[in-house]
Parts: sequence; C-alpha cells; structure tokens
Amino acid sequence: MDALDKQVIRVMQDEFPLVHEPYKALAQKINISEEELLRRLQELKAKGKIRKMGAVLQHREVGYAANALCAWKVPIDSMDLIAANMSSNAAVSHCYDRDVHPGWPYNLYTMIHGHSRKECEQIADTLGSQNGISSRVMLFSVKEWKKTSMRYFCEDENANIF
Amino acid sequence: MLTAFDKALLNLLQAKLPICHHPFAELAAQLGSDENTVLHRLQELKNAGYLRRVGPFFDSNKLGYQGTLVALRVQPSNISFVASAINRYPGATHNYEREGRYNLWFTLLTPDRQLCEKILAEIRSLPGVEDMMSLVSRKKYKINVQFNLK
Repeated sequence: MDALDKQVIRVMQDEFPLVHEPYKALAQKINISEEELLRRLQELKAKGKIRKMGAVLQHREVGYAANALCAWKVPIDSMDLIAANMSSNAAVSHCYDRDVHPGWPYNLYTMIHGHSRKECEQIADTLGSQNGISSRVMLFSVKEWKKTSMRYFCEDENANIF
Repeated sequence: MLTAFDKALLNLLQAKLPICHHPFAELAAQLGSDENTVLHRLQELKNAGYLRRVGPFFDSNKLGYQGTLVALRVQPSNISFVASAINRYPGATHNYEREGRYNLWFTLLTPDRQLCEKILAEIRSLPGVEDMMSLVSRKKYKINVQFNLK
C-alpha cells in the first residue's frame, strides 16, 4: 500500500456525496482522476482491505431499539462450529473469539440486536440451546457514550485534537 | 415510515454500492427505477437519520491496525469523567456503559501495539478505575452489520 492508497482511504472516509458522479467528486478532492480512484478502490476491494462498499443503517431508526453484548463460555474444541452457528443468526451482527482473563472465562462475544430487551434475551436463549451452551453473561447497554466510525490513517490530523 | 421501495433500496445499498462512474444509476436499474429518484430518496432517508454511513468499510487488521475490546470497572461517581476521557482517543470508536461487574466497555483500534499499551496504561490510571481487562480478538467470525428490512 503506497501513499496514494492512504490518501484514497482518507478521502473515502469523508462524506460520500449523494450525486450522479460521487467518485468523480471524491477524486477531485485529492487531485486524481476518477479512473485512478476507481482502479485503486477495486484493488483495495480485491485484496480484502475494503470488506464492503455500502451503507450502514442507524439501528434505532430502523426499529432495532435494543442491543446486548452477549459473552459465552465455549469449549475451545467446538469454537469454530459454535461461532459459525451463532454467526448464521441474522440477529447477530458481530461474533468474535476473544482472550479470557482470570475470573472472566467468557471467550465468545456476540452482538445481538432486537426490538426489545426481552427479544434479545429470547434470541440468546435460542442461541444457547441450539449450541448446548448455558454459561453466558448478557451485557445490556445502559448508556451510549460514543459510537463513531474509525478514521484510518488520520493519526496526524487527530493529533491536533489534543 | 419506510415504503416498500425505501426498504428495497436500503437493503441493496447496505450490501452493495457499485464502484463505477454512475453507481446510483446502477442501483436504480436493479430496482427498476431511475437515477434521480434514487438520489432524491436517499437524500431524504439521510436527512431523516436512517443512514449512519455510506462508503467503504475497511478490514482493520488488513490495514495494519489492531483492535481490542476493553472492559473497565469504574466507581459510579467517576464514570462520566472516565467515559469522556476515553472518548477523546480517536481509536476508541464505541464506548458503552453496561450492566454488570464491568460497567464501561469500549473498543480501541490502534496502528501499533505500543500505542495500544500506552493508551491502556493511561486509562487504567484514571481516577475511579478499579479494574481493567483488554479482550484482544483472536478470530472474527462475523463483522457485518446488516439488517434485512421487510
């Protein structure tokens, strides 16, 4: 990845213009041709550095009012199988295998979205019984302090905040 | 209220924004609509707060970044101060107060391990922080926030 790739990544984290030729407008901001921008984006996508081009919706606006981070204690040997099963549930948006800590044996984390707290609990019950896992902790959010998208390769401009 | 057309448009836009000269014309063609209608409706949906972000979503590891989920136990009287201090780090992208033994949870993305450790040490030493766990991800099985609107 060269300096221009990083510039491309930076400009693509600006607002995506809702106009007829959005890539042309973005390319102009960094003084490259639209063709060059499209080529670089295709390449980043092909290499998996861009995992998706698209939109993320505001959950609460589309009716998913509740979310719970559910941490599970899963036997290491069946981790891949159980994680794949849980990931296949549409109510699960994120599923990560994470380190354990002394006194904290949970090693699989699923983010569950539902229309209510009760629905999140029911989804967790289903996930647990489908996979034979009873040891879990539901971490319901009480308050959102921050929710932003990461801005990659902007450490220098971010440094100005402090 | 979302119309059937809105839902079809949002479902399509969530999954695939084309990388080409006229991406919205291409989306419109798939919906049997036209470019202007799609642009007009998207602007309205954006104004109404349905769209959190449009564009590329990156694989943080493949860009050389590393991520961790950090759980803190914070004295309730200090939680607002600690949460605000965490929010000032650009790599802290999500920060939630949650029920349970650990009451503040945030995600941290950093370009290298040293910066991660430096930030964690700073946060650990904030007043009222009684315990901290950094839960580094070993494997990501699903990372796609996608809702199928019906």
